[in-house]
Amino acid sequence: MINFILRNIWQRIILLIFISIISHAIVHLAPGEPALVDPSNPRMKPEDIQRIRTAFHLDEPLHIQYVYWVQDLFTGELKSFKDNQPVMGKIWQRFLNSLPLFLIGTLITWFLAFPVGIRAALNRDSMFDRTSTFFSYALISIPGFFLSYLCIIFMVKTFDVPVIGMQTFGLEEAPLLFRSMDRVWHLTIPALMSAIAGTAILSRYVRSQMLEVIHQDYIRTARAKGLPEDQVIYRHGLRNALLPFITMFGLTIPGLIGGSVIFETIFAWPGMGRLGFEAILARDFPVILTLNFFSAVLVLLGTLISDVLYAVADPRIKF
Amino acid sequence: MNEPITNADALAPSSKGLFQERWDILKRNRMAYASFWFLMFLLGLAVLGKVFTQFVVVFDPKVVRLSEKFLPPLTTFTSTLTPKEDAPTLGIYLLGTDELGRDVFARMLEGTSVSLTVGFVAVGISLTVGIFFGGVAGFYGRMKLGFLTVDTLIMRFVDIMLCFPTFFLILTVVALLPPSIYNIMIVIGLTSWMGTARFVRAEFLSLRDQDFVIAARSQAIPEWRIIFIHMVPNAIAPVLVSATIGVATAILTESSLSFLGFGVQPPDATWGNILADGKTFLFDAPWLTFIPGFTILFVVLAFNLCGEGLREAFNPKLRSAP
Repeated sequence: MINFILRNIWQRIILLIFISIISHAIVHLAPGEPALVDPSNPRMKPEDIQRIRTAFHLDEPLHIQYVYWVQDLFTGELKSFKDNQPVMGKIWQRFLNSLPLFLIGTLITWFLAFPVGIRAALNRDSMFDRTSTFFSYALISIPGFFLSYLCIIFMVKTFDVPVIGMQTFGLEEAPLLFRSMDRVWHLTIPALMSAIAGTAILSRYVRSQMLEVIHQDYIRTARAKGLPEDQVIYRHGLRNALLPFITMFGLTIPGLIGGSVIFETIFAWPGMGRLGFEAILARDFPVILTLNFFSAVLVLLGTLISDVLYAVADPRIKF
Repeated sequence: MNEPITNADALAPSSKGLFQERWDILKRNRMAYASFWFLMFLLGLAVLGKVFTQFVVVFDPKVVRLSEKFLPPLTTFTSTLTPKEDAPTLGIYLLGTDELGRDVFARMLEGTSVSLTVGFVAVGISLTVGIFFGGVAGFYGRMKLGFLTVDTLIMRFVDIMLCFPTFFLILTVVALLPPSIYNIMIVIGLTSWMGTARFVRAEFLSLRDQDFVIAARSQAIPEWRIIFIHMVPNAIAPVLVSATIGVATAILTESSLSFLGFGVQPPDATWGNILADGKTFLFDAPWLTFIPGFTILFVVLAFNLCGEGLREAFNPKLRSAP
C-alpha cells in the first residue's frame, strides 16, 4: 500500500515537472510581452522597456527564465510583474475567497444530483425520469452566463436580494446578524449557478450507474431473501453504485481554479479564476504560471486521492 | 451468373446493414430523431445564410442605420431618415435591430454559419490529432524509443494535457495570440483531443491482434494503410458520437470566450458575440439577449440529444429493451 502510494507520488512529481515546463514555454513563446501591454503610452521610452525587460529577466534564454521562476517559486520570492506583490500572498488571499464558493457549490451539486439520479433510475421511463433527463440536458446546453443573467434579474426583482460582489458596500458596521445574512445571500446565487452544470452531469452519471447496479444478481438475491426495498436500494445497490464517484470527487477539486472564471466575472467575486483572468490581461506571467502550476497540483492531488480511496473502498483492488 | 446469389439473398432472413440497424434504433428515440432533423435543417440554414449574407446579399448584416436603433422584433420599416436601399428585405425587421440599427435577423443568419464552422472545424482538428496520437499509441505501442515505449510516451503526454485547466489554458492562449477566428478554432481543437486519443487507443489495442489486421499484414499492405484504411473505420463509430457532443461544447466555449471579450471579433457575427454584446442592453432591448441565448440553448441541446441518441444506438449495453 505504502509502496503503491509512493510510486504514484513519484510518477506525479515527474508529470508535474513536465507540465510546468510546457506551460512555461506556452506562456513565454506566445506573442505579447509584459513590456508591450501599453504600447500607446507616450511615456514608455525604449530605455524603459529595456529596463523592464532586464528587471523581469525577459532577455535571458527560456531555460534560464524557467530556472529563475522555479527558484523564486520555492523560496517564496516570486513577485507579480504588475504590482510587485508576492504572488503566493495574492493567490492565498484569493484562494480564501474562492473556497466558500467552491465548497457550497460542491455541496449543492452532490446533494441535488444523488436524489434526482437515484429516483430517475428507480422509476425508469417514468414522467420524472423523462423530465429530469430533459432538464439536465437543457442545463448542460445553456451558456452559463446567459442563465446567470436571467437568474440575477429574477432574484433581484422578486426577492430584492443583493447578488453582486462578496458583500454589500457600506454594511461593514452593521450588526453581525445582518452581515452574515448579507454574506449568505451573496454566496448563494453564484454557488448555485456554478453548481448547476455539475448537478446536471452528475445526476446523469448517478442514474446510469444505478441502472447498471439494479440489474445485478446480488440485488435480485437481496430481494429474494425478502429484504425491505429501501435496504435493497440503499444498502446493497447504492453502496456499489457509489464506487465510480470516488473518482469523480477527486476530479472536481481542480474546478476550484479553472471552472470559475466566468461565474466570478459575472458576480464580481474576487476569487482565483478572476485573478487568473486579470493576470492574463496584464501579461502577468508569474501569476499565470503559478496558478497553472497549482491547478496542475490540484488535478494530480485529486487523482491521487481518488486512486487511494478507490483502493481503500473496493476490496477487489489489489496492489 | 448473378442469379443464384440474388436467390440466396432473397431466401436469407432480411439482413440489414450495420448503419441501417443503428438508424432504426435511433428512430425509436423520438427526441434524438427530432434533434437530428433539426440539425440537418440548421446545416441547410447555415449554408443558405452564408449565401444570402455574403454572396447574394439579400439580408445584409453590416448595414448600420443609426436612426433605427433598438427596434423590437417584427417592426415594419417606416423610417424616412434611412435611405430606401438600406431598408431590410421584405420591409420588416423580423428579429428587431441592435444598438447600431443592424438587422438582428441578418446577423443571426450570418452567425449560424460562423458558429457552426467554429464548432465543426474545432472538432475536426481535435479528431485528427486524437485519431493520429491514439492510433500511433495503439498500433506502435510496443515499439521502444530508448527506454520508453511509444505507448508510454504518448499516454503520458495525454495525461499532461489533461492536467491543464482547459478553459484557463484556452483563455491564456487566445488572449496572448492576436485575435482571429482561426486561432480560436485551433486552440479549442488542440485542447480537446485527449478523450478521442484515449478512445482510439483502447479500440486499437483490441483490434490490432484481430484476424483482419493480421491478414492485411500478411499481404504486405503498408502500415499507414492498415491503420487508416483498415483499422480506423472499425474504431470510428464511438468517436464520431462523442464528436457530436464535442461540437456542442465548442459552440458553448466560443460563447464563453465572447463573454470575456476574447471570442470571434467583430465584424464577424457569431451567436456568442451577439449574445455577449446584447447583455449590455438587457433591460432596454431584451431581445438582443434572448434571441441568441435561446438559439444557442436549442442548438446545443439538439447536438447533445442527438449525440446521446447515437451513443445509445451504437452501444448495445445502454439500450433499453425494445
